Order: sequence, then structure tokens, then C-alpha cells
Amino acid sequence: MKRHVPVLVLAAVLLAGLFAPLVLKLSAPGFWTEVLLGGLMAGVLYSLVALGFVLIFKASGVFNFAQGAMVLFAALAVARLSERMPLWVAILLAVAIMVALAWLVERLVLRPLVNQEGVALLMATLGVTYFLDGFGQTVWGSDIYSIDLGIAREPVMVLEKVFEGGILINRDDVAAAVVAIILVGLLALFFQKTATGRALRAVADDHQAAMSIGIPLNRIWVIVWSVAGIVAIVAGVIWGGKLGVQFSISLVALKALPVVILGGFTSIPGAILGGLIIGVGEKMAEVFLGPPLVQMFDLAGGGIENWFAYMLALLFLLVRPEGLFGEKHIDRV
Amino acid sequence: MLYRENGQFKSTYAADLQMLPILQDRLFMFGLIAFAFLVVPFAASDYLFLSILIPFLILTVAAIGLNLLVGYCGQISIGHAAFMAVGAYAAYNLWLRVPWMNFLVVLVLAGFCAAAAGMIFGIPSLRIKGLYLAVATLAAQFFSDWVFARVKWFTDYAHSGSVSTAPIDLFGWTIDTPTDKYLFLLAVLIVFTILAKNLTRGHLGRAWMATRDMDVAAEVIGIRPVYAKLTAFAISAFYCGVAGALWGFMYLGAWEPLAFNLTLSLNLLFMIIIGGMGSILGSYFGAAFIVALPIILNQVPQWFGIPISTATASHLEFMIFGALIVLFLILEPHGIARLWAVGKEKLRLWPFPH
Amino acid sequence: MNLKLKAGLACVALALASAGAVAQDKAAAKKAPAKAAAKAEAKGSGEQFFPVLVYRTGPYAPNGVPFANGYVDYLKLVNARDGGINGVKITFEECETGYATDRGVECYERLKGKGPTGATVFQPLSTGITFALTDKSFSDHIPLITAGYGRADSVDGTVFGWNFPLGGTYWDAADMLVQHVGKKEGGVDKLKGKKIALVYHDSPYGKEPIALLQERAKMHGYQLLLLPVTHPGVEQKATWLQIRQNRPDYVFLWGWGVMNSTSVKEAIATGYPREKMYGVWWSGAEPDVLPAGEGAKGYNALVFLAPAGQGAVHKDIIRHVYDKGQGTGKKEDIGEVLYNRGLVSAMMGVEAVKRAQIRYGRKPLKGEQVRWGLENLAIDEGAIKRLGLNGFMTPISTSCVEHAGGHRGGIHIWDGKKWNVQKDVYEADQSILKPMIRASAQKYAQEKKLTIRDCAKESQ
Repeated sequence: MKRHVPVLVLAAVLLAGLFAPLVLKLSAPGFWTEVLLGGLMAGVLYSLVALGFVLIFKASGVFNFAQGAMVLFAALAVARLSERMPLWVAILLAVAIMVALAWLVERLVLRPLVNQEGVALLMATLGVTYFLDGFGQTVWGSDIYSIDLGIAREPVMVLEKVFEGGILINRDDVAAAVVAIILVGLLALFFQKTATGRALRAVADDHQAAMSIGIPLNRIWVIVWSVAGIVAIVAGVIWGGKLGVQFSISLVALKALPVVILGGFTSIPGAILGGLIIGVGEKMAEVFLGPPLVQMFDLAGGGIENWFAYMLALLFLLVRPEGLFGEKHIDRV
Repeated sequence: MLYRENGQFKSTYAADLQMLPILQDRLFMFGLIAFAFLVVPFAASDYLFLSILIPFLILTVAAIGLNLLVGYCGQISIGHAAFMAVGAYAAYNLWLRVPWMNFLVVLVLAGFCAAAAGMIFGIPSLRIKGLYLAVATLAAQFFSDWVFARVKWFTDYAHSGSVSTAPIDLFGWTIDTPTDKYLFLLAVLIVFTILAKNLTRGHLGRAWMATRDMDVAAEVIGIRPVYAKLTAFAISAFYCGVAGALWGFMYLGAWEPLAFNLTLSLNLLFMIIIGGMGSILGSYFGAAFIVALPIILNQVPQWFGIPISTATASHLEFMIFGALIVLFLILEPHGIARLWAVGKEKLRLWPFPH
Repeated sequence: MNLKLKAGLACVALALASAGAVAQDKAAAKKAPAKAAAKAEAKGSGEQFFPVLVYRTGPYAPNGVPFANGYVDYLKLVNARDGGINGVKITFEECETGYATDRGVECYERLKGKGPTGATVFQPLSTGITFALTDKSFSDHIPLITAGYGRADSVDGTVFGWNFPLGGTYWDAADMLVQHVGKKEGGVDKLKGKKIALVYHDSPYGKEPIALLQERAKMHGYQLLLLPVTHPGVEQKATWLQIRQNRPDYVFLWGWGVMNSTSVKEAIATGYPREKMYGVWWSGAEPDVLPAGEGAKGYNALVFLAPAGQGAVHKDIIRHVYDKGQGTGKKEDIGEVLYNRGLVSAMMGVEAVKRAQIRYGRKPLKGEQVRWGLENLAIDEGAIKRLGLNGFMTPISTSCVEHAGGHRGGIHIWDGKKWNVQKDVYEADQSILKPMIRASAQKYAQEKKLTIRDCAKESQ
């Protein structure tokens, strides 16, 4: 219990901050709920990207900086292919492309670099990022492409009787949340119930031991990168449907990094919870903490959400150096 | 045959401890410095100065700084451009508000400001390790991006957020031509290199390397982690702060907060990875590689006479850059410095086969 | 597999990828072999070299590509239809800046000395790069045309001797928007107590109008809400939630690249009426509204010099450039807002050279000589008609003191399929702007220790 005290204190402080605008009557409860929902939705989107990070790190110990580029590549593939064929065919083709990409990355990048230290692998994935960015734009183009998911973009107002003016809900956000839940559920089923999932968990636990009982490491890595690729497709389709598919989507993946370090590099529930915390924290801070800061310090505008996410993750790291659900790091001295 | 230390006996401790104990090394280094000071200013074109040599010199200072932290002390930092920004804005504000101050003093004070910022953002390293720390240092990057865009005092209340500088006057010598800048930066770089080399050879450097190799064991034998890690952050941020000030004043001339963004941080990290971590010489190689590569990649299609559009050229640049990074890591994970060391070893035997 | 084989495989893969990219480009280049020819011509004499700073990649590519296409198409047209500028052939070279200041400076350094007389004029299409190049212009003596962007105070030619914000600056644009919403309210005095939100790109470009909007807020009593959006601008949920909280009467959009379409999409998602959104002339083109689909209907933006559409000059371009397979972009994109703006920007550079040739002779001209042409530009209605740009240009008349030469703009509204230009034409109020410009330019001159030009003496 004593170990958990700092985290609980931090959580209490943050919750106090979260409910402060409501309690201090700084804003209408309806609007506060909208910001909360907006934050949750944004968090879901970040979680989708963070899931890819976690999957790959769990199974191969590589921090895949290229996840953002993979999301972009997948989104570009779906967007451009769906211009010529129905959406579901485009998605299937994109899955095939991402599997091929996973195989190539494993062959050309991971295998030669096996046993290198973390920094070298991180740098290698950075190299893959640059390569994918350039390659994706060469093949698919640099314009803004759209993915038509068939969901109307106009918001709906709910609960008009409880809160004045109602609460704004975007249908595509709700669809995104539903898809994310289904995806996490499928992943959980995959890991728990299938043989490959068990093999993946074994590899994540201990590479040497897994090899010694006959699990083919290279094939597992291809599978993991493919699954991460599929997660990237889902994230790309949802992000792309919302924001339009363009090069800048790969920069959004940088927002998923605080999620990963908050939740722990090796934990899927950590990615989800971390995403929700970061999403809510970010939006709440931007809307409610930003304006008072601007006034207090005479700043040229707000825009604190970029660094606030990282600060939040940093605070959590100080009380839990491996993230909320990460594995404790054990050093042999 | 030529590169052997036969007959070079040291009779004093000072001679034994010198940085370049082998005579051939000394001759080569002095020859190189003489060449850099005496020949290059007359031989190089303006374009070579402005686009290759000046950024190379400044980025080497920054790369040395980052190498001290990442290569010697083992703490990964992906946000070091933030400290360059601190140095640049500190230098700008000092230059603007205290106009009588000598520029060298301005540089050193800007470095101290950056060192203070480095220490503050280095505090998490006492608790967090490895990749978690790497991502946590991004907080410094984004925070600095935000602070210099928002706190109007830093940009002297410019409504555009951009700051602009005038040529520096140092002891009566106005540094405005490319050649002047090159000579000044070369002098600064040599001073900073010697400082860094001696730091790494001293007890501080050994404390850093012990922390890098196994921090728990280092703590056990009495090296205080606070001391080692925070001094690493501080000194590395000092170097980057000075580099940032030089980057703003000597290279850009006028800049906006986005000039010190994440791309610059990642480039610094690439420099030391490709150049060689834990090696001062590696910083030089890495900086040269990263500065020259985009320009070469841009020009190569033209040399071959292949007509490609600028968009494709730009994309190719990205792709080849990424592929080269991966290739380098596969072929020589210890960087170009290792290749250089291997080359020197082979040179000891040359022209004999063994 | 051993290391050598791996390295070899990697090299082969890279070579294949590069070959693929080059092959794809060769297919496109079949339509545009002129570039290679242009490079070969750059070595000869009797040529005027135009550097073309573009961004065809990165987050700002959707807007950079049509502008670049229009610019280059016009240069090709002058060569193909007129045989150059009075016989002096135009050579040009594109350089990719990616909207990044340091790459823009590198492109500038590489291209400034090309051609028999050096670069004619630079048009960086980036306020950030303009700031950096302005400092260099004082020693390099190459003029900068920043038509509709750049430093708002560079209208003052006595300080900014080499900057030419032809057609207007951001202070003009902000002024026109305030006049327009004032007109909508029934008079600028009726703006008292209203709320205007500025959603702006967090860069020198986005921050330029703030000074003018604050000045006008003092004058008319409206409340100005500043909402910066960080590059690249895809994260705007919190911004628009704040707009929903504050419910401003008008939103001025000062975005670029992906930020524009994201703003429109987020406005739809938070239910802010697009009819109350006004974009500056860089936030009012097809790439900004098409991705948002049906919901973008009713969005307003400023028109700068050229609206969307096709005129006589476009027919010429199709006939002399595209029908000969030399077109830079897609034929369907001719006549887009940004394409026309690129075209008109190139035209102004060419006209400046033409004007300078009257004084200095029909030969390749240096930067200083072109600057004289830029300071004596007199593009009137007759000239506009002769150039085939009727309806796509407003008269420009510059002088040593006045480097913009015109401060006019209009409004166009998106109806879901095209832009409809409104009848109102606005002229920025120089009585408010001139003192601000003077003060800002003087401050710059002091900071940089510049000597102020004496226009009376120079014209002798």
C-alpha cells in the first residue's frame, strides 16, 4: 500500500484540478462535459496509435518511432486505393501492404540489428520513419486525401433537457470509440485464446526462453509488426476520416509518446488508460487552464496542450518510473 | 611504417598525459588547423562557407555537447534543441538589453542560462532511466517551443514573434562577412573541443562513463549519481546553449521559435549516432555527415542530368537519408569514429600486410 | 545471411526504390522536359534567371503546389508565347524549401548567383523565410516580392529598400476584414461589444495581423480573442471548444496548409456557422474547403488580386504550354485560386523586368536594376487587359516610398462547388496603417542600424 501512496496523491491532485472548473462555477456543466467527452475521444485516438507502440515493444523490445509513419502510410494506402475500389477492398489491400512492410522491416532492419542496444534500435526506427515518409509521399502523393467512412460530420445535440443548450457529440468520435473498444477486445482475445497470441506473450516475457522451447523468433516478429500494422491501419482510417490524410498525420504520433510512457511501454491497458488520461488532461488544461495562464503572465496566446501532455506524463513517471502499468526494471549489477 | 611511435619516449608526466601523444598525430592536427585557418578562408566560395562550413562548425559544438551527455554519460536526450533555443534567446536578450557587453561574455552567460535549464530538465534523470527518459526529455523540447513563442519578453514584444540580430562587433572586428564568421567559429570550436576532451579525460568524465556503464555499481563505489548526471546535463546544455547562440547570431541572423524544433533535436542525435557515441572526433564526423548529406542528395540528380521534380527530389532525400541511417547502424553501429580508429590501426601496419 | 549480402540487398532495394521514383517522375517529366532544357540554357547569355522557391512536400504542400504550378506556367508562357521578356529568355530553377526557414535560406544562397546576372527576384511564399531573407537583401541587393504576405511594415520602401509586398500586406487584409464585418453589422461603430476570434497559425505569418486587429479593437471596442494553433495545425479540437465556449460573433482564420481544412472541419464538428468564418486570402482556396465536403458551404475568404476562374491568359497557357505537353500541373487545376495567385505573382516579376528594361536596355538585368523596375511599376487597367488578365488583377502603382502599390481586396464565398466573388471591394484604411507602418519600420531600422533611404535624392 505504501508503494501506491505517491500515485494516489498525484491522482487526487489531478482529479481536484479536473473538477475545479465545475466546482468553481467557471463554466457551465454542459460545456465541461463536452470538453471531457472531447478529451476522452482524443484520448481514444491517441490510444490507437499507442497500441502499436506497445505491441511492438512488448514482443521485440524495439521502440518503434516509425509508428506514426506507419499510420500515415496505411492511411494514404487506404485513401488512395479507395478512390478506385470500394472501401473494404481498399482496407484489405492495405492490410496486405502492411504485412509486406512488416516482413521487409523485420528482414532488413531488425534482423541485422538484433542484440543492439535500445538507442541504436530507436535510431533505426527513426531511419525507417524518414524512409516511409518519403516513400509514402512518392507513391501516394502529398495532397490532402479523404477517407469517406460514410459517417456524417454534423454534430448531434443530446441531453438538451438536462444541460442548457445540450451537449455536442460527434458521431465519428463515437464510431472511433466503438471501433477502438472492438479492436482492444479482439487483441485481448488474440493474445489470450490463440496459440500465436500465447507465443507472442512468451516472446515478450523472455526471448531466450521462448527460443529454447522452439518458438520461431523471426516469424513472431513479423507477426507482431503485422498486427501493429493493422492497428496502424485502424488508427489511420479513423484519424484520416476525421482530419484528412496528409503528411502531418505522422507528426500526430508524437502525441502518442506521452501516452506510452505514462501507461508503461509494455502494457496494453496502460496504453488505453494512459491515452484517456492524456486526452482529458490535455483538453481540460487547454480550455480551462490556458486562459487564466494567459492573463496571469500576459502570454501571447495559449496552446499549452503540447507540452502539458508531456508534463503530465513526466509527473506520473516521477512517482512511477516505469509508467502506471509498466514492468519494474530490474538491474543486474 | 610511417605511423608508429617508435623512438618517441616520454620523459615527463606532462608529455605522457598530452592529448596527442604520437608525433604524427600532432603534425597532422597542427597541419589541419593551419590549413583550416590559413588556406580555407581564401580558397572556399561564399556558398561553401554559408551553407556547409558555418553550420558544420556550429553543429559540431552542439554535437559535442550532446555526445557528452549521451555518449559519455549514457542519458538519452531527444530534446536538446530546447537548450540551443535557451542559449539563443538568452544571448539575444543580453545583446539587446546590455549592449556594452562583450560578445564572448554574452556567449558564456547564454551558456550558463542553458546549463541552468539543462539541470532543471535533467532532474527527472535521477528517477527515470533509458527510453522513458528519452521520451521525457521531449517535454523540454515542447516546453521550450511554447515558452519562446508565448512569453513576449523573450522576443522583445515583437508582434511577429521573430527576432533579428545585427552583425557582432568583437574588439573592433566586425564579424559580418562569411570568412569572418568562419574564422571566429573555428576558434570557438577549437577552444570548446579542447575543453571537452580534457573534461572527458578527467575525473568528471570518468564519473560519467561509470554512470553510463552501470549506474548502480557506480553509485556503490561512491560516485554520486546526482553529481554525475546533473553535471552531464548542465555541461552538455552549456555547449548546446553556446551553439544555439552562435546558430542564431552567425548562421540564421533572424529566427522564429520554430527554428529550434524537434527536427533539429533529432538531427543532433543522428549526428552523434552516425559519428560515434562517446567520441569527440565522432561529433565532428557526424556533424559533417548530417550537414553535407541533404545538400549532396539535392545536387546528385542534377549531376547525373536526370530531370526530376523538386518534390520527388525532396522525397528521395528523405528516403535515402532514412535508408542511410539504417545502413550505418547495421554496418557500423559505433559510428564513423570507429571506422577512423580501425583505419588508424591499419595505418600502423601499412604498407605491410601484417 | 551474412552482412555483406544484407548490405547488398539493402542497396538493391534502395536503388529499386529510387529507380521507381525516378521512373514515375520520368513519366511525369515526359510532359515537362522543359526543366532539363531550362537548366541547360542557364549557362548561356541573353537570359534572365528566375529562382522559384516552392514547397511541393510536407504539411503545406496542398497549398504550395498550385501556387508553384501557376508561377512556373506563367514563366513558360512568356518564353513560349512572347519569346522571353523582349527577347531575353527566362530560365528558372525550382528549389524545395518545405516552408522551413533554414532550407529557404540554403536555397537562396545556392540560387542567388545563378544566371548571367544573378537571380532576378525571390518570391519565397513564406513569411518566415521572408524575415530571414530581408536581412540578406541589404547586402546582396536582390529584391524580394512578397505579394500578399511578408512583413507588414515592408510597405515602407525607405527602410525596406528591397522588399515589395505588391498588392497588400496582412495589415491590409485584417483591416479589410474588419471593415467587411463592420459593414455587415451596419457600421464599424456597431462592432462595439462584439467578439472577434482570430484562429491563427503559430508562426510569423499568423502573428502579423494581431497588431492591426488590436489597434482596431481599441478604436471600435470589439473584443479580440487570440487562439494560436501550433504547426502543422491538425490539432484544433481544444481551439474550437474554446470558440464554442466563448461564442464569438466572427472567426477570422489565418491558417496555411493542412490547418485551413482542419479548421473548417472542426468548425463543422462543433457547429460553428461557416457563414461567420472569414479566412485571409491564404485561407481561402480549394484545398482548404474541398476536404471538408458539403459542410464548408458558406465559408468566406478574402480575394487577393486574382479570384478563381479562367480568362484570356489561361487560354494562352493552355494553347502555348499545355497543348505542347509542357504543363507543370494538371490541366483541370488551371484557374484555381492559388494557381492564379502564383500566375499573377510571376507576372509582376516579369513586368518589373520589362519596366526596368526600358531604362537599362533589353539585356539580362541585375537585381538593383530590377529593383528600379519594381519601384516604378505602373500596371494600370490597360496593361491588365493587354496581358490577358482582365478580371484577375487590380492596378498596382509603386514608388520608392510605397512598395505595395495597392491595398485592395474583395470577398468570395464558397458554395460547395466554387467560389462566388461578392460585389464589395475594400480598400485598406491607410490613415490607420501608415503611422503603424512607419513606427514599425523605424524600429527595425534602429535595431539593425540601417540608413534610411532618401527617395528624393535617389530618383535624381
